[in-house]
Amino acid sequence: MESLIQFFSQYGSEMLVKTWEHLYISLIAVGLGILIAVPLGVALTRVPKVADFVMGLLGIIQTVPSFAILAFFIPLLGVGKVPAIVALFFYAVLPILRNTYTGVNGVKKSLLEAGRGMGMTGWEQVRYVEIPLAIPVIMAGIRLTTVYLIGWATLASYIGAGGLGDYIFSGMSLYQTEFILAGAIPVTLLALLTDLLLGKVENWVTPTGLKKLKEAA
Amino acid sequence: MLKFDHVSKVYKGGKKAVNDLTLEFEKGEFICFIGPSGCGKTTTMKMINRLIEPTEGSIYINGENIMDKDPVQLRREIGYVIQQIGLLPHMNIQENISLVLKLLKWPEEKRRARALELLDLVDLTPDYLEKFPHELSGGQQQRIGVLRALAADQPLILMDEPFGALDPITRDSLQEEFKKLQKKLNKTIVFVTHDMDEALKLADRIVIMRDGQLVQCDTPDEILRNPADEFVEEFIGKDRLVQARPNIQTVEQIMNPKPITVTGERFLTEAIQIMKEKRVDSLLVVNEFNVLQGYIDVELIDQKRKKATKVSDIVEPVTTVEAGTLVRDTIRSILKKGMKYVPVVDHQQRLIGIVTRANLVDIVYDSIWGEDEITA
Ligand SMILES: Nc1ncnc2c1ncn2[C@@H]1O[C@H](COP(=O)(O)OP(=O)(O)O)[C@@H](O)[C@H]1O
Ligand SMILES: [Mg+2]
Repeated sequence: MESLIQFFSQYGSEMLVKTWEHLYISLIAVGLGILIAVPLGVALTRVPKVADFVMGLLGIIQTVPSFAILAFFIPLLGVGKVPAIVALFFYAVLPILRNTYTGVNGVKKSLLEAGRGMGMTGWEQVRYVEIPLAIPVIMAGIRLTTVYLIGWATLASYIGAGGLGDYIFSGMSLYQTEFILAGAIPVTLLALLTDLLLGKVENWVTPTGLKKLKEAA
Repeated sequence: MLKFDHVSKVYKGGKKAVNDLTLEFEKGEFICFIGPSGCGKTTTMKMINRLIEPTEGSIYINGENIMDKDPVQLRREIGYVIQQIGLLPHMNIQENISLVLKLLKWPEEKRRARALELLDLVDLTPDYLEKFPHELSGGQQQRIGVLRALAADQPLILMDEPFGALDPITRDSLQEEFKKLQKKLNKTIVFVTHDMDEALKLADRIVIMRDGQLVQCDTPDEILRNPADEFVEEFIGKDRLVQARPNIQTVEQIMNPKPITVTGERFLTEAIQIMKEKRVDSLLVVNEFNVLQGYIDVELIDQKRKKATKVSDIVEPVTTVEAGTLVRDTIRSILKKGMKYVPVVDHQQRLIGIVTRANLVDIVYDSIWGEDEITA
């Protein structure tokens, strides 16, 4: 207890800075991932042949360990926050793209036909039919990705991105348990809180009709 | 209003789904396309709103070649109803009904007002506006599907087997409702079905297709009386040809013109006297102008005689047919609904006769006897 208080008084404010660093590296990567992956996922549903190929490729890329991806970017972009964000962004794109594609592709063809027959433009179909119906699946992808990314961002400190990973790595090299805990505990809390928050967002963006439908089923 | 000029459709892979179709329809006509599965009905229909583009020939709406129009614009001016109903599950009924209006950028209050007005056409209460599709029965959902196609007051409505997935009783009532609605709103309807009963009941003209080709295009009566060839005959079915014996057509020809009636101010005791004298168990109730009010029967009198004294106290509403209704439609309602009789009224609800099950026995007897004569 003594040592805990001492630790906090010495590193408390630094911990806050690192937590914030950690969070924004992850969130920027997820944000960029959403910006790219959602439109791309919708676009892929329009070209089934290309989609099959891309989905297969993504499946293979996803088996490459995240650490390897990080390492891969060092010779390309050097070290620091930017390469870390780029690497995490790559890892975010995959599951969000996959879920967007699956969600939009799963929209009943009869609904699309009804929409087209009524005179919806391509964009109106996306806006009024496909996205609202696929949103639960897309959101599930975003939520899972964000939680994973907060974990992976720990590795990012290895290439000099900062964040809570700094504590964990120095703790491991110095055999100091309190440093490892000072990194691991906030990361875990951050992941849990983000998941909770995104759960609320998911509920908020899911159309009422779909929620009722799910309850009724 | 709608014209097909030598229209053909060849799908990728060489399948000729529609072959040199030439047809012309008037405004306000109810057209049924019918034929066996795969004969090209859906293809023909979807060429009208350019969901499918013809390979050859042209289609004109009010003289304008549809290929000269923007397809999105064209579709917003044509109602579209599909068998799978296709209501959007995440939108409530109001949003579903007024979807086209939203595409047309109507303001919210006008969309709501229009949705309310439409809901009234199918006798659904305003609280339905806030419900979601999954909270409605299949029949109610398709009523909304029809309203959605009427929202922008489109003069032409396309319907692809709209009642095909409903149970027979729901289908029957939707057909009746829709036919009435069409008469009231004077829309031009292109309706695809594979159910001959449905086509005979609804259509002003029936287009019979086989293997992408037009076989016959005529009024239901003409098709029943003069089927173009054996294919049509088989498709209609022998029993219907019998039913359509040309000498019996409308209910007036078979009804009993002197139904036994009573007026509302008579006492129940008097009513019973009349029943006893005429040896009937049910009386039609009319007012002094012979306008039908309903019926009473022994059961009603028996149940309510303690509280009621006059006929008007216990009269119950009764289903009627209007003069001019075809016999085959009447037969169908009598048999399906298990009614003992149907009063026949004129357009001012004045009683002019009654069709009873006994009248029907005569016709059925006639047709069996008639068929024997044909085959002999
Ligand atoms: N997209 C398509 N590509 C190739 N062939 C098709 C396509 N759509 C329909 N067909 C074929 O065209 C014919 C007519 O189909 P359709 O118009 O759907 O018939 P119906 O509605 O009368 O059952 C069928 O033989 C069907 O297999
Ligand atoms: Mg079809």
